[in-house]
Amino acid sequence: MVGNVPLLKISQLKKYFEIDRSQVLKAVDDVSLSIQPGETFGIVGESGCGKSTLGRTIMGLYDKTGGEIEYNGQNVDQMNADQRFRLHRTMQMIFQDPYASLNPRSTVLEIIAEPMEIHKTCKSARERKEKVEQLLEEVGLNRNYLNRYPHEFSGGQRQRIGIARALALNPEFIIADEPISALDVSVQAQVVFLLKQLQLEKGLTMLFIAHDLSMVKYISDRIGVMYLGNLVEMTSSHNLYENPLHPYTQALLSAIPIPDPDIEEKRERIILKGELPSPINPPSGCVFRTRCPFVMDICAKKRPEFVEVEKGHYSACHLHAPKNERVIVHMHKRAE
Amino acid sequence: MAKQSDKLLEVNNLHVSFKTHGGEVHAVRGVAFDIKQGETLAIVGESGCGKSVTSLAVMGLLPKPNGKIIDGSIRFKGTEMTTLTPKKMRRIQGVNVSMIFQDPMTALNPTLTIGSQLTEGIIHQKKVSRKEAHQKAIEMLHMVGLSNGEQRMKQYPYQFSGGMRQRIVIAMALICEPDLIIADEPTTALDVTIQAQILELFDHIQEETGVSMIMITHDLGVVAKTADRVAVMYAGKIVEMGSKRDIFYRAKHPYTQALLNAIVRVDIPADTLKPIEGAPPDLFAPPDGCAFCERCPFAMEVCQHVQPPTSMVDENHAVDCWLLDKRADTIRQKVEIL
Repeated sequence: MVGNVPLLKISQLKKYFEIDRSQVLKAVDDVSLSIQPGETFGIVGESGCGKSTLGRTIMGLYDKTGGEIEYNGQNVDQMNADQRFRLHRTMQMIFQDPYASLNPRSTVLEIIAEPMEIHKTCKSARERKEKVEQLLEEVGLNRNYLNRYPHEFSGGQRQRIGIARALALNPEFIIADEPISALDVSVQAQVVFLLKQLQLEKGLTMLFIAHDLSMVKYISDRIGVMYLGNLVEMTSSHNLYENPLHPYTQALLSAIPIPDPDIEEKRERIILKGELPSPINPPSGCVFRTRCPFVMDICAKKRPEFVEVEKGHYSACHLHAPKNERVIVHMHKRAE
Repeated sequence: MAKQSDKLLEVNNLHVSFKTHGGEVHAVRGVAFDIKQGETLAIVGESGCGKSVTSLAVMGLLPKPNGKIIDGSIRFKGTEMTTLTPKKMRRIQGVNVSMIFQDPMTALNPTLTIGSQLTEGIIHQKKVSRKEAHQKAIEMLHMVGLSNGEQRMKQYPYQFSGGMRQRIVIAMALICEPDLIIADEPTTALDVTIQAQILELFDHIQEETGVSMIMITHDLGVVAKTADRVAVMYAGKIVEMGSKRDIFYRAKHPYTQALLNAIVRVDIPADTLKPIEGAPPDLFAPPDGCAFCERCPFAMEVCQHVQPPTSMVDENHAVDCWLLDKRADTIRQKVEIL
């Protein structure tokens, strides 16, 4: 991925929610990443790690607490209202729940045509209708479905309608927030396959948020792993699975059962103890230390920096500091 | 314990249908399987394939009056269950078979303490004293990895996280010392690291108690980890059944093969993904022939009209597909050229 200007660049992005006067939930804390045009960036993590909040904050559905968002080299904060309105035409979102994200009282035509009406991209209602028909075909639905309501469709079909809506304005950038987690396995494959095809055809850039590491692997070029509001590791999709550096990524990968009985029987898992700590009162220093099998003294005192350990491979862990090299070697052996 | 036969549960030719506004749905259409002592059978399939309905029928929990077993037999330790009165059935099932549901959030009553929910079953079914039940419940909590049992017993479900709630549900399922546990997607609602913990716990429990399990899931990774035998369901029927290795390495049914191709594995490079096109048939009007034939790349003329008979690949590996019929030899070659 050698590009000049990243399509999206976020630096030290923060989103805090105030629970009450004394308590603050740090859903996204100091996340920095950039996405090149045409790239698919996957964000993975368990529930509560802040991955959806990250997507929604980038989209502008939440106001960020701090940090910068640059789109196409331009700082979003410095845009005027008109520029922002246009920005939203190029940036679209696909939501997780295909049951909740479509208005049950609107027809398919109304649902998919609405963004085009708001942004006045078509001259007439007739042109809009034609465009909707064309979109339906692109996502693999029958063009005669125009006047049907969402309840007449299955989950996979509804998600296709959601995708058609996201494509209605010919966006450059799509944020897909767990678009397949509510679907059946075989339907998941259909939808991911469709997204990848559309991406190749239209040259879309995509932020793909998921908790399931296998489909993310198929669709993403690079992947970032989040834990408790922090980005803990970031590298190419291939590298993440071949050579995970952060202990959390290693545990996460090792927790996934592999559909192959012989391998499954021989595998040694790293089973993490306990559960995700509360993001309202996160652990000091490294947020993962309470569950980390390699925890050291320094982990409680100092927050590890997000450093480039190998080329293009970032990780936030004290184990990667030079003096701990021997530990890294040890870890790699274990991972094998 | 079952001495007369090593089969704990035998289900034969089970048919279940539901009355709905749209008419009658034939959700389970002739399912047959058995479970031996200490064994884990995984039932896999997409939503709507009838895997949950099958387990509800075995538990005697079909919603009344709409859900009904219309044919077939369910024998538990040699006793026919379908002809028993509901009361007698509950007596047998309540003690011997437990169920673990998908969503630990809704499986627990939010207004009752963990303690009263844990002990309710055993007090009712086994007629033990409250004190004994209390002791037993704490023992069970310990077994599922929840320390500090005495205090936990007084807490309410909202005070626990998702993974801990599922542990409590498992403790509830274990307290009557059942012979069979039916787990319906027990880890689907959980995160992967918590799922790994819970699957490990199942292993541990089975080693310790020798309980048999039916694991209903759509995750083939979970199947590979937990199952001894696997039944693949499609549109209300078991289309292929065999040992775990039969299914993963020697799958014969095109649907099983397609399922295995439609997943991405984290341990090998993911370059290809072959989704299964189309959708399962409508069970309001089940097809005459094979239910998979519309989506099957190998479909033949006969598949559209006649339901495929069961062919045995070997003693334990059964497949419902015309491709395995003896008379299909010539046709199969023709298909392979395509």
